[in-house]
Amino acid sequence: MLLFTVASVSLVFIIGIGLYYKSIPILNKLSWGQLLGSSVWKPFKGLFGFFPYIMGTLWVTGIAIVIALPLCILTSLYIVEYAPSRLRRFLMPFVNLLSGIPPVIFGVWGVLFIIPLIQTYIAPHFVEYSTGYSVLAGGIVLAVMIFPLIVSIVNEVLRTMPQELKDASLALGATKWETIKKVILRKALPGIIAATVLAISRAFGETIAVLMVCGNNAVVPHSVFDTGYPLPALIANNYGDMMSIPLYDSALMFAALLLFIIILLFNIISRVILTRLERRMAG
Amino acid sequence: MTFEKPHISVQGLNVQIGDNHILKDINIDIPNKKVTSIIGPSGCGKTTLLKTFNRLLDNTSDVKITGKVLVDGENIYDPNIEITHIRKKMGLLSQRPYPLPMSIYDNIAYGPRIHGSPKKKDLDILVEEQLKNVGLWEEVKDRLNAPATRLSIGQQQRLCLARGLAVGPEMILGDESTSALDPLSTHIIEDLFMKLKEKYSIVLVTHILRQAARVSDYIIFVYMGKIIEYGPAEQILKNPQEQLTKEYVKGYIV
Amino acid sequence: MIKRKLEEQFFKLLMVLATIVVSGSFFLIVGTIFYKGVPYMNWDMISKTPGGGFYIGKEGGVLNAIVGSMYIAGGATILGLIISIPVAIFINMYMDGKKFLSNTVRMAFDVLFGIPSIVYGAFGFLLMIYFGVRASLLGGIIAVTLLVIPILVRTLDEVIRTVPGELRDAALSLGSTRWETAKVVLRAIRPGIYTAILLSFGRAIGDVASVLFTAGFSDNIPTSLHEPAATLPLAIFFQLGSPVAEVQGRGYASALILTIVVLVITVLSELLLKRFYKNKI
Repeated sequence: MLLFTVASVSLVFIIGIGLYYKSIPILNKLSWGQLLGSSVWKPFKGLFGFFPYIMGTLWVTGIAIVIALPLCILTSLYIVEYAPSRLRRFLMPFVNLLSGIPPVIFGVWGVLFIIPLIQTYIAPHFVEYSTGYSVLAGGIVLAVMIFPLIVSIVNEVLRTMPQELKDASLALGATKWETIKKVILRKALPGIIAATVLAISRAFGETIAVLMVCGNNAVVPHSVFDTGYPLPALIANNYGDMMSIPLYDSALMFAALLLFIIILLFNIISRVILTRLERRMAG
Repeated sequence: MTFEKPHISVQGLNVQIGDNHILKDINIDIPNKKVTSIIGPSGCGKTTLLKTFNRLLDNTSDVKITGKVLVDGENIYDPNIEITHIRKKMGLLSQRPYPLPMSIYDNIAYGPRIHGSPKKKDLDILVEEQLKNVGLWEEVKDRLNAPATRLSIGQQQRLCLARGLAVGPEMILGDESTSALDPLSTHIIEDLFMKLKEKYSIVLVTHILRQAARVSDYIIFVYMGKIIEYGPAEQILKNPQEQLTKEYVKGYIV
Repeated sequence: MIKRKLEEQFFKLLMVLATIVVSGSFFLIVGTIFYKGVPYMNWDMISKTPGGGFYIGKEGGVLNAIVGSMYIAGGATILGLIISIPVAIFINMYMDGKKFLSNTVRMAFDVLFGIPSIVYGAFGFLLMIYFGVRASLLGGIIAVTLLVIPILVRTLDEVIRTVPGELRDAALSLGSTRWETAKVVLRAIRPGIYTAILLSFGRAIGDVASVLFTAGFSDNIPTSLHEPAATLPLAIFFQLGSPVAEVQGRGYASALILTIVVLVITVLSELLLKRFYKNKI
């Protein structure tokens, strides 16, 4: 048992070390600065600039958070503070069901629903022409994917708010909304931040759904209707060629390492905030 | 007990939460500018009774309230009533202090800001006045912008009292307001109640008989969701009429 | 006062709208998949492997991918359980007094849970190169096992924690060893174990990024651990990329199959969990 526990816990380190070990060849050839800052991606010439991919990831993640966060906070507030208990019991299962849907299904939905929506209804108002495959499409699909994660955490956080604190504000003659705006949200802020950080890290690593709708063009996006090429999609799309071109496998493993490090950090940060919050509320 | 001009008049009040019949046919009058204490064993419904006075039960799920509660002659359970106005009339002091997650100054200013947009100068005066009212001014005047949670529990409770007074209520509702405090802070709060009854009607829920004896003009004894006896403090504590009250006052019912 | 009322009403309306969008997105997704998938659905889809002209729109189905997915998700869940049950028991029974240690271990599994499947896929691929295994059923099972271990451990840990301490103490005080007590606890949480299995299976069957490098793809049903295996999500992905309308349509139908399977699993696990907690309280 001890062995299994130690082994699975150390998986965190083993994965990190393994990916780093495989990234050494490319790190010997190019500096971190070159790898992260350059936009030139020519595997045949041994040039690997990750900048467009990093920007692609940042764009889709950013769009996803901008869409999902306000929607989810409002939803959680409604579910926890306003909805009658019967409606609450009716609504929560759907959020859970949404979290069970596999990424590839989100991708299919993105292709069938979001892409045409952007192509025919949204994009024509802003740009001359768009196929629909864009960082916006990726962002929307990702946003829906992280709905359940944010809603469930924010729900938890809101439920730990003491009734007496709400009563204190209400007793002063504040309306429920004023209480939420000035007291609850302020008190819940660390929890909301933790949920956001966790959602960002989930969005960062999402692969297949984003790959299917982003267009996968290795240029830095300048508007939401531009195509983008997020890091995970890069790894997934090129695994086939990776053994045939020198350093290519090392470059892709470096991409995986990059994802791993960022997500590890974000996860640790949010978990620490959440555990602290839990302890403070309990104590 | 009946009074000529009661501040609160409860008529035929029944409260059910789920299948629990918490309060059964309550009829009482609360006098103006006196201290009235509600006593009774824990779980008897005394806190629930207090919360019906400013409709804080509204947020409990599956709650059913029937009957009338008249405040200044106005039924607060009338569907057309403006609930925030009713609550503004009553300052609440809960079991444990719950300072709002903001500075000392903002805690006091919270209520006035909600009910209007007071000028900074007026607010400053009001904050100072209310903090002096509860004897906290000297202790905190140099750190008004510090988070309220940095104060000691006793100080926090006085801050909560000042916060309630800042909206200009007519009445103070105390729900076992000293149960989390040390003896000295308890003493300070009790003294404040004695001082404040000149201007405010005060209703206290307590399970400490000696506290009820120290501060009350009138006492209501509640048992199993019913009013058993109601009268002047002296009479209830020294010469109760009902058997249940006698037993409670002697400490047989806890 | 009217302004304050209006503000509250306005935000309440926003909240209702947001709630409709968030919970409605589920129906939108499932609705879209049904709408597009049902016309292409037929018995051949789930009863035949791809025929000769399958990828240009001729006869065949995705039985290979269905079976492949079942093998991988099933294998990974079984392997994951063998590892996770001891881990969950260890955290709860042997690290009882050491709060800091057990919290750190829990944190590690939370973090592992957050690592995206593409990283597990890449890491699984590294392992395979290291051990000289080619893309195969075995490779897929290993990568997916890594993916489901944190899910299993977290779920099991949660249900074990609901077992009342008195039950454990009672068992221990009767003179049983910790291991015997663990068996008592395991019996008490049996429905919880089923839930963990379903959750893990649901996640495993729907994941693409982890099997992409590790399981390969094949039109045949694998007969040994060393043969490459198709998976349903990957089949959907490939079919959707095809320029042939008929093949795309089959992609929608495959998506429909996967959606139904996963929904059934999720609903079952929800019901089980609800019953488990009801019995506890």
